[in-house]
Amino acid sequence: MSAPLLAVRDLKVHFQVRSGGLLFADYVPLKAVDGVSFDLAAGETLGIVGESGCGKSTLGRAVLQLLPVTAGSVAWLGGDLTALDKKELKARRQDMQIIFQDPLASLDPRMTAGDIIAEPVRNFHSGMSGAAIKAGVQEMMAQVGLLPGMVNRYPHEFSGGQCQRIGIARAMILGPKLVVCDEPVSALDVSIRAQVINLLMDLQQAYGLAMLFISHDLSVVRHISHRVMVLYLGRVMEIADRDALFKAARHPYTQALMTAVPIPDPDKERAKPRVAVGVDLPSPLNPPSGCVFRTRCPKATQVCADVVPPLESAGPGHEVACHHWRD
Amino acid sequence: MSANLASPHGAALDAAATTEGRSLWQDAWRRLMANHAAVTGLVILVLIALVSVVGPYLLPWTYDEIDWRHVEALPPDMATRHYFGTDSLGRDLLARTLFGGRISLMVGILATTVALFIGVTVGAIAGFVGGRTDQYLMRFVDLMYSVPLTFFVIILMVVFGRNFILMFLAIGAVEWLTMARIVRGQTLTLRNKEFIEAARASGGSTTWIIIRHIVPNVLGVVMVYVTLTIPQVILLESFLSFLGLGIQEPMTSWGMLINDGAAELEVSPRTLIIPAAFMTVTLFCFNFLGDGLRDALDPKDR
Repeated sequence: MSAPLLAVRDLKVHFQVRSGGLLFADYVPLKAVDGVSFDLAAGETLGIVGESGCGKSTLGRAVLQLLPVTAGSVAWLGGDLTALDKKELKARRQDMQIIFQDPLASLDPRMTAGDIIAEPVRNFHSGMSGAAIKAGVQEMMAQVGLLPGMVNRYPHEFSGGQCQRIGIARAMILGPKLVVCDEPVSALDVSIRAQVINLLMDLQQAYGLAMLFISHDLSVVRHISHRVMVLYLGRVMEIADRDALFKAARHPYTQALMTAVPIPDPDKERAKPRVAVGVDLPSPLNPPSGCVFRTRCPKATQVCADVVPPLESAGPGHEVACHHWRD
Repeated sequence: MSANLASPHGAALDAAATTEGRSLWQDAWRRLMANHAAVTGLVILVLIALVSVVGPYLLPWTYDEIDWRHVEALPPDMATRHYFGTDSLGRDLLARTLFGGRISLMVGILATTVALFIGVTVGAIAGFVGGRTDQYLMRFVDLMYSVPLTFFVIILMVVFGRNFILMFLAIGAVEWLTMARIVRGQTLTLRNKEFIEAARASGGSTTWIIIRHIVPNVLGVVMVYVTLTIPQVILLESFLSFLGLGIQEPMTSWGMLINDGAAELEVSPRTLIIPAAFMTVTLFCFNFLGDGLRDALDPKDR
């Protein structure tokens, strides 16, 4: 693959959470994302999976600088985004967009579909004529499968799938190089899901988009991603090419996730081996020492409590953070 | 439309010319029009406003003209064309009531507009920017809240002398506080919505997002509050005029007419009842309208 479009190094996003204190509040850091590194090439899709509360969405927003980054760097074509001032960052935003989980909430209820899609254009090309903007919007709408005649409708007059298409059109209209998809299909029903996924893949092909695809749905991730990263409590557990990960997951957490995917056949479903990990996710305010996964890990030993496992290479492009992945 | 849904790409684009969408405002308007109490209120309000503005020009008597033949409270009398009679100084009561209505409505609407602009600006900035800005602005609001109104007005009078403008200032200075709090609260709930994040991701500046996304979305709640503030301001003005801190003779307002009428209650109750009726009806109408607006703009939480 070519040189990375995006290089994230040791990214940390910590939130200060108030923990009691009467007059003067005491704060403890909540490590939503804690030392995540990855590269993303142009045209590539990196799937990010993990259970809820593991920092998937926070990571996506931090990459786009929508959240303050505590430490680490996000390099865009070699230039660090975290060091940019407001103006430079605004210029960069043309290249990076985001698609949200809740299609309706991501559209301003008082604006028409046309205005919503045109908004990024108005922000960046203030000199553009109304007719040119309108033409661009209509073309984009056709591309995402919306009738151009719907420009004057309001978000509440659209279905969930159509709203998501509007959101995609808004993200695509500036011709970005990177799109963060924050669970773009989780709120849609299954029949619409495939359409939206295929739309995203078509757009990726047409524009050579790089995507960060955040999801908790492994089958969707398997369908769309080139590589997959598994997050747990804000840390990378395993990162690998899609096929390597789905065929030969090394990390016990990844294995547990895989076996948790239901098979639509009751007999096979009952017969399949399971890796049980217990139900309780440890509090991110007080994560376990050493390996964060050890409290739920079937392979945990003393070394897991003492030493934080580094990401080790387990094959080409395959990295695992586990002391026992060879077992 | 359904054909398009099934085929996401390219197909069926020639179908259907541009359809006009119905905005939330249009929806709200239709719901408002279906509410009889609100529509009645709106119609009566428009009538009262019209009569107050145009009426005084059509009457044979002006509000400050004294009919020297009747320098006593004259009962309604068609011959002298004092349709509502005169007050104790021989001035035409109808002309005075209409003129008073003009002043009362003007104070109500102007002071509310002042409150609207300051309140929305301060509230939206405090809520959206947050942090220290929010703290400073809101503590200032708290500070202003703690100043008693009459005390504030008396100080203004002492410093600047008696002035018509002062009343707008005084009332506006009090009324924007609640507006700011309401707008701030609304802004806080909007601020974390995904469309605001999307606006930021697509390069919108803070000012732009406030003007383009925050203000239109808080306007519904604000409009309701405006219709409920106008009667409040009219009452406040009456109260100040009643204390002799407001409008000066021979100008008048409903509040002053009621004050004068109350003094002559035993001799001619009509001088109290007529302006009081006008004011009560107006206040009722504003409240009905405000109620209807709230239902129309917020159909979910009724």
